[in-house]
Amino acid sequence: MDFFQLLTDLEKADPEFLDRINPRRRVFKYLGNAGQKITAAAVPAVLASFFNRAYGQSTTLTDPVKAVLTLALQLEYLEYHFYNTALGISGLVPSQETTAITTIRNDEAGHINALRGVLGSAAPAPYLVTDFDYSGGSGSGNGPMRNALIPNAAGNTNGALFFAAGQAFSDTGQRAYKGGAPILNTTATKDILEAALNIHSVEARHNSHFRTVRRALVANALGSAGAQAVSPYDAAPKSWVNLIDNGGPTAPDGSKPASKVYGPGSPASGAPDTSYPGEDNVSQAGTNLTTLNSTYTAAAVSEAFDEPLDAATVKSIALLFTSTSGKAKGLFQ
Amino acid sequence: MSTVFPPEPQLREADQDQPLYVPIKRRSFFMYAGATAGATALVLAGCSKSDSSPGTIDVGAGDAGILNYAYALEQLEAAFYAQVKTGGYYTGSTITAAEKQIFDDLALHEAIHRDFLKAALQANSITPLKDLTPNFSSIDFGSRDQVLAAAQTFEDTGVAAYNGAGRFITSNANLALAGKIVSVEARHAALIRDLRSYGKFVDSDVVNTFSPSAPATAGVYSGEGTPNSTPNTQGNGNPGPGQERSKRPPQILQAVNNFLADGSKLSAGSFA
Repeated sequence: MDFFQLLTDLEKADPEFLDRINPRRRVFKYLGNAGQKITAAAVPAVLASFFNRAYGQSTTLTDPVKAVLTLALQLEYLEYHFYNTALGISGLVPSQETTAITTIRNDEAGHINALRGVLGSAAPAPYLVTDFDYSGGSGSGNGPMRNALIPNAAGNTNGALFFAAGQAFSDTGQRAYKGGAPILNTTATKDILEAALNIHSVEARHNSHFRTVRRALVANALGSAGAQAVSPYDAAPKSWVNLIDNGGPTAPDGSKPASKVYGPGSPASGAPDTSYPGEDNVSQAGTNLTTLNSTYTAAAVSEAFDEPLDAATVKSIALLFTSTSGKAKGLFQ
Repeated sequence: MSTVFPPEPQLREADQDQPLYVPIKRRSFFMYAGATAGATALVLAGCSKSDSSPGTIDVGAGDAGILNYAYALEQLEAAFYAQVKTGGYYTGSTITAAEKQIFDDLALHEAIHRDFLKAALQANSITPLKDLTPNFSSIDFGSRDQVLAAAQTFEDTGVAAYNGAGRFITSNANLALAGKIVSVEARHAALIRDLRSYGKFVDSDVVNTFSPSAPATAGVYSGEGTPNSTPNTQGNGNPGPGQERSKRPPQILQAVNNFLADGSKLSAGSFA
């Protein structure tokens, strides 16, 4: 077998072949210099690796990897349709925030494209806006967040409830990606892991902005990042999570619909990659970090780390925002 | 504790293409070095000099190398905010209470990250990198604009660094710990960016921003474009749509070394 002739032929047949394997172009450089080091026996294995990279991994994704990516895709749809719907409702998103919400909506669309691409034929049919119940009523349409998409309804002056929901959704997202990352950490899925990490940090950026907006709303300073956070941080939060943010935003009916977003998952303690403490956790890798320095208060330590959430807990939160038709499609189940 | 950080750097599992371009370097070296934790630290120290750039300290290989790389970044960030707190902008009369609170928080978070990483390295018999000497001579700590601009650089760099380092981590426990830190760095970055230019918490310099076409049918989004069954190239600053521009350790350190004094400059020869 003439290995180099094969590559040349491949490139003729598919001019994008070399682009597809761009990350490994150095391999070819090396081959050019020292190709003789590859023995004939090694060629089939080497080729298998190339083809896998060039022509897709969807058929070889393991079930746990597919499950992580599918849940991520479902969460992206939850967010995308929420922001996209809000942008279409006149008078809901204050003018100072239209650009920001558009940016966030667009990022979620990008994430949907990226995840659908990686899942390939394993991707579920696109979820529709009607598959979600943004009232948080599990399909009743009458949950505690029902005013979030109604301009200036009770609790939603200047979109306050909308931004509260955005905060809860993006925090759910960042905790879910964090929980899923170890499952993507296999030799065959390092590129997918990195893509997930690159989505994860964008969700955290979104979340920081939602929190900044909520501080501004309380200070009547929309359009400014300079408003002060107000303890206990449920209404005017910091851009990071302080303990459990007093259970998160309060709904007009007085309930705390996002409290599970900040609480522990299951199990709550154990090794960092298989346990899901609440956001008020102060111990990392077996060390209580408040013992390292007297200025390291529990609040400061909790702020310095975000915590992962397990898939089951993520689903139980997201199911509150799933309609009957969504459930029929298996959404978040 | 020993389950959190493996006592010795784990060999990456047989990755078909690894032997092609790393034929006989560190990885295969470790393959034969069934060292104890203490011996591994010695091996790391010995290896560092052999393939690092002249005049730099190499962070090492394996999970230990990535943890020391993170420790270096956190040292730098913590030193920066400590200096902010003694500088003219923070101590002056024009700073708002809100911004003062933000810098108090940032200084604490980064110091906690630094001390956590050092404690974790020591608890696992991995020799921590030495205390690095920063060089912030290019920053005017009396200027709000300059302090915020530098803070943005450090935070954005931190996010790109953790994201680009994740793939080199073998232990899931270590990956989980990195994930817990990176999202807080992203929160910092977004707020500093909003303070400098409102609404720029995400922008094209740090995220591959994406503009979707309007869906043909309201309430339906099927994705668009030709499905690409592999993720876009990562680690080269050109990720898939809506994703952070992760960067590999050598690329990050090139920028970071501008803020480190001679004798504290770093390299990461194992993580190209």
